Amino acid sequence: MLNIEIDGKPIEVEAGTTVMEAANRLGIFIPHFCYHKKLSVAGNCRMCLVQVEKAPKPLPACATPVSEGMKVMTRSDYAIAAQKGVMEFLLINHPLDCPICDQGGECQLQDLAVGYGGSSSRYAEPKRVVVEKNLGPLVATDMTRCIHCTRCVRFGQEIAGIMEMGQAFRGEHSEIMPFIDKTIDSELSGNIIDLCPVGALTSKPFRYSARNWELSRRKGVSPHDSLGSNLQIQVKNGRVMRVLPLENEDINECWLSDRDRFSYEGLNSDERLTGPMVKENGKWVEADWQAALTLVASRLREIQVKDGAEQIGALASPTQTVEELYLLQKLMRELGSGNIDHRLRQSDFRLDAQAHGAFWLGMDVADLNKLDRFLVVGSTLRKDHPLLALRLRHAVRWGAGMNLINPVVEDYLCKVANKAIVSPEGMVSALAALVRALAESKGEAVPAVAGNAEVTPEIRAIADSMAGGEKKGIFIGNLAQHHPRFAEMATLAQEAARLCGAKWGVLGDSGNGVGAIAAGAIPGRAAMGHQGLVGMDVAEMLASPRKAVILLGAEPEYDCHDPQAALAAMKQAEFVVALSSYKHGALDYADVLLPISPFTETSGSFINIEGRIQSFNGAVKPLGETRPAWKVLRVLGNLLNLPGFEFDSSEAVRAEVFGIAAPDPDAQARVCKLLDNRIEPVAVSLAGSDKIERIGEVPIYQADPIVRRATSLQRTADAAPPVARASGMLLEKLGLGDGGMAVIRHGQGSIVIRIDRDDRLPANCVRLPGAHAVTQALGPLFGELTVERA
Amino acid sequence: MLSAESLAQIDKEIAKYPVEQRQSAVMSALRIAQVEKGWLSNEVMDFVAHYLGMQPVAVYEVATFYNMYNMKPLGRHKLCVCTNLPCKLMGADRIADKLKQELGIEFGETTEDKEFTLVEGECMGACGDAPLLLVNNHRMESFLDEGKVDALLDELKGK
Amino acid sequence: MVIQGGPVIFNTLHLPEPWKLSTYESAGGYAALKKILADKTPAEDVINELKTSALRGRGGAGFPTGLKWSFMPRNYEGDKYLVCNSDEGEPGTFKDRDILRYNPHALIEGMIIGGYTLGAKAGYNYIHGEIWAEYERFEQALEEARAANLLGKNILGSGWDFDIHAHHGYGAYVCGEETALLESIEGKKGQPRFKPPFPASFGLYGKPTTINNTETLASIPWIVRHGGQKFLELGKPNNGGTKIFSVSGHVEKPGNYEISLGTPFSELLEMAGGVKGGRRLKAVIPGGSSVPVLPGEVMMDLTMDYDSIAKAGSYLGAGSVIVMDDTVCMVRALERLSYFYFEESCGQCTPCREGAGWLYRVVHRIEHGQGRPEDLDLLDSVAGNIMGRTICALGDAAAMPVQGMLKHYRREFEHHIEHKKCLA
Ligand SMILES: Cc1cc2nc3c(=O)[nH]c(=O)nc-3n(C[C@H](O)[C@H](O)[C@H](O)COP(=O)(O)O)c2cc1C
Ligand code: SF4
Ligand code: FES
Repeated sequence: MLNIEIDGKPIEVEAGTTVMEAANRLGIFIPHFCYHKKLSVAGNCRMCLVQVEKAPKPLPACATPVSEGMKVMTRSDYAIAAQKGVMEFLLINHPLDCPICDQGGECQLQDLAVGYGGSSSRYAEPKRVVVEKNLGPLVATDMTRCIHCTRCVRFGQEIAGIMEMGQAFRGEHSEIMPFIDKTIDSELSGNIIDLCPVGALTSKPFRYSARNWELSRRKGVSPHDSLGSNLQIQVKNGRVMRVLPLENEDINECWLSDRDRFSYEGLNSDERLTGPMVKENGKWVEADWQAALTLVASRLREIQVKDGAEQIGALASPTQTVEELYLLQKLMRELGSGNIDHRLRQSDFRLDAQAHGAFWLGMDVADLNKLDRFLVVGSTLRKDHPLLALRLRHAVRWGAGMNLINPVVEDYLCKVANKAIVSPEGMVSALAALVRALAESKGEAVPAVAGNAEVTPEIRAIADSMAGGEKKGIFIGNLAQHHPRFAEMATLAQEAARLCGAKWGVLGDSGNGVGAIAAGAIPGRAAMGHQGLVGMDVAEMLASPRKAVILLGAEPEYDCHDPQAALAAMKQAEFVVALSSYKHGALDYADVLLPISPFTETSGSFINIEGRIQSFNGAVKPLGETRPAWKVLRVLGNLLNLPGFEFDSSEAVRAEVFGIAAPDPDAQARVCKLLDNRIEPVAVSLAGSDKIERIGEVPIYQADPIVRRATSLQRTADAAPPVARASGMLLEKLGLGDGGMAVIRHGQGSIVIRIDRDDRLPANCVRLPGAHAVTQALGPLFGELTVERA
Repeated sequence: MLSAESLAQIDKEIAKYPVEQRQSAVMSALRIAQVEKGWLSNEVMDFVAHYLGMQPVAVYEVATFYNMYNMKPLGRHKLCVCTNLPCKLMGADRIADKLKQELGIEFGETTEDKEFTLVEGECMGACGDAPLLLVNNHRMESFLDEGKVDALLDELKGK
Repeated sequence: MVIQGGPVIFNTLHLPEPWKLSTYESAGGYAALKKILADKTPAEDVINELKTSALRGRGGAGFPTGLKWSFMPRNYEGDKYLVCNSDEGEPGTFKDRDILRYNPHALIEGMIIGGYTLGAKAGYNYIHGEIWAEYERFEQALEEARAANLLGKNILGSGWDFDIHAHHGYGAYVCGEETALLESIEGKKGQPRFKPPFPASFGLYGKPTTINNTETLASIPWIVRHGGQKFLELGKPNNGGTKIFSVSGHVEKPGNYEISLGTPFSELLEMAGGVKGGRRLKAVIPGGSSVPVLPGEVMMDLTMDYDSIAKAGSYLGAGSVIVMDDTVCMVRALERLSYFYFEESCGQCTPCREGAGWLYRVVHRIEHGQGRPEDLDLLDSVAGNIMGRTICALGDAAAMPVQGMLKHYRREFEHHIEHKKCLA
């Protein structure tokens, strides 16, 4: 420990601490631009120059390590003169266009310049002008304002993992830019907007739509992935204008994925459903709430009485709140039906009888950074979990070994220690082989589940890697979780984890999957793991269609594992009521549409993949006649004369879910008890097949109804309409050329689509994303396909 | 994209550095590519990036930082005259004026027949030989006077 | 151009093809290396000889080489590197080029001794972009050395492996700054690094690295062969050895002169044939374009060594002497130098990126008759705001010529502003 003094205040800090960090701890603000706590030290802006006793020149606080007995003066005349000098240099070529600059009011340069007084008057030469760059649909530029702090460049190199921005040319001609004519395509690109201390990089969707001081700020939680990033939702005139990260070191740190940041455009979409609608004689007419809800109640009651309660089914989106999901399952069970599910993209439910609790990450999110070794099974990691991927990359940067058993190879933007690229079915055999290899190397008897799986050199290498290290994890990604053999993979993952001393868990395919289980929106289990009325899972409900269907936030044609089956089941139902924020496919098959609030227009809670309850209030009033779903379900319960629907707030619902008033820490403790990845093993089959398998991922910007309608995200490279991909070998076998058109048949449907060559894919596989209009006519995300030349 | 010969040369450069440091060869790779192609197009930089496992913008940073790379097509002969102080003291301006007159172009311009591009250079670390110029980066012409300039232009035109 | 030989580096110039291995060996070359390898001389001993020799870095800063070498971590497990800085591009400097073309093996031997002493895995020589022929010659010399097993695996049966590679620059003065040079070898744009950490702990590829100038390294075989004391005696205390002075500008015989440190400037000027055309000596930049100019009459009383020039308010730098006669307009001279630093700033840190251009534009205005009375104070103040506030010394290099010129030739600048024309 070293003792130093800053502005006369003593402090003790560890060796290696910089003057800037020490000052921050003392609450002393040292002006700066290039310094950022999450980025490497560049020391290039020189704004943080301070006086250090005995130093012959002013030193940059951000880059100067403290030494014993150091005395630092941050506000001495000497220090201020140095800072003023730098400020003058920064301003000579900076446009004085604050009144029209989008950064106005939240600009670090503006703030500091005011403090140092106008000083650019000594510069009598023409100012530099920099040519504009097009970074794509999300980030707007005004590069003349750039002060070359290189935060955006370092963000790419160090955090996003891909260097898309650079500093080209040199000296005064330097320009921060991407490679000529390239856009910024990282799924984390929006963070450079926050990082830019001036108005050079701003939000394109937000551009000119409001001034900083006109916005009020509300807290929120993102529903788009299992992390539950904390949001600062900025509002003007009852409309969400912009979303920024709300810093939470345990969850999203100070970052947001582009999906979390720009999805708000979907909240303001033209497709919003703003009033209840009922279908009369095949035509949609607007209705008032009373009429619409009365109709729903009577139709449900009618079917319940006539056909039995088990003819009613409910499909809920796992992005709805705990409170909403809870009331839905309560309503269903009070009606006498256990047919409720939120696991719309899952296809293997064998574990329902084998599980002890809710699947979760198996560790805290923040622990990902500290892993020594980890294995990811079946995941389009970066796209499904942009910020979990960031943490895993961080671990790799500090030496962690990353292992993969995956049907797809992506650019993980970090060193991958070992990978086994296998077909989706092959993941089962690969995991079995891993179990075998781990047992063999420990000298243990090979567990029966491993069968006679063949240990390839790749699997051997993964086993060797996973055998070492202290902190380790095995994570099941969305591809594996959605696969019809998920139960077998989980069984094997558990076994492998036991053998190598790792924790295992799921990465989680939705924003509130854990919350949905806590709420009891699953057959057989009521809230908080209590025994509940048994019933059908989603697959069963689609396989033998129900007469009445309640949809809560779900758009089955996009959100279900098998869109064909889903659509058929909806069409076959006698009565479908869709509680939705949008006019969607339900216009074709539903009978009543009830407008419900998206997450920004209601209070509620999500539980993220580490089991953390995050409750929030509405950021804006519900749009038009929209109502929060918890209120809609409550009224429906009342209209159906069901007991226990007397709630006057979502907090009251929450208290009932957790059995305790929600802010009580006990609620969290109870949820933690619910988290449990232990499973009773299922039988594992190692039979191979030679059919052509589909690899059906969910594209990043198709994940849920809001994102699908976020217009700017839909213009990014990641939102390009899907094409099929297959290895050159398979193409050759099928007589297809790279980029040729193919007819793909799957289930009852077929589409004609371009097929591109990708030799990184396993043999006999076609990578063909689901959850997209282009592939909607096809069957499930996985399974056998036939491919022919078109 | 690049000839086998150029690739072989690049590989030789790569071999100078530790295996995981292929990027170290980027300056040579760009130089070799430029000798073959005359200038660095986007395609060439993109190719070099892939060849060395770099991000294209990192290659672009390098190409635009060092001023001997040609970022656009130039004349067949690039003449780069040092006009820095030691050369200036020895008459570099006179040599530059002579060249401008003979070629009918200013610094930064290319003759209409695309034979010559004239550029102003910075110190070449050879001030004892002043005044001097570089032909296409790799050939230095020292102790220039008017007569030598004439002879040089004649020679290059003849080529 | 003239090269005047000296005992240490230019000692084979009188022989045919002095750059050949055989020529070098015929004059005792590689004897030092062979002796070290045969005796298994402890690294400590070599470093002590260097300390005794008072060899100071020839790259400009004049840092004692023995001391620098002692900073390299001794027991470091991983790779270490030795890097030679042949990126000579400071206006007025051209000595390393002549070492590369006339005595490359002195450098190679010096680098091998360095590699041995410092425990380096490999050496890199970064060669200035514009001197292609010298780069090729150096590569040939390396081939010769490899063929003679002076480089490569198991050097001369010693069981020790070491190789040297040439890295060719491509036009960026700032890469002469040692950490920019490392970045450049790593295949990046040459932007200097903030120090600390210093290269001795975090250098090439993040590994401990020692960087020396070409002339520094080329002096080392002689020191090892003859002992540090002999070298010290060639010069004067604290300024050991001979030094190559590059004399350019208005002299009869521009060229490189290897002479003892401490030789009076007047003698050096005489060797270079005196001021061209017998004109009056007006001013001298004694250590390359980035050091403050000194008036001719001041110079005539100085000796050519680090301490004496520093006392007069300038620096010996790399020993690059730019001589100017009384026809030279100082405003014009400064305009060209300021343009150079404006062009060569790497663009990384604010004071240099923004300030170098500002300085140039104001001097340019003055030179073109658009100066204003307040411009001189402005120049002084802007230069002062750059000095000492940048990541690397290029910022200082941009500021010092301005300050030096204003200090000694303010009248000329005032005249330009007042009369919109030249005094000279
Ligand atoms: C802008 C700038 C340019 C430099 N150029 C050179 C150069 O061309 N050659 C050189 O040897 N040192 C140059 N240096 C000094 C080096 O940074 C470094 O101090 C030197 O190579 C160390 O070698 P030495 O100790 O043997 O002198 C330069 C420094 C700066 C700041
Ligand atoms: S002083 Fe100039 S050259 Fe040196 S790092 Fe700063 S901007 Fe670059
Ligand atoms: S914050 Fe320290 S130099 Fe920029």
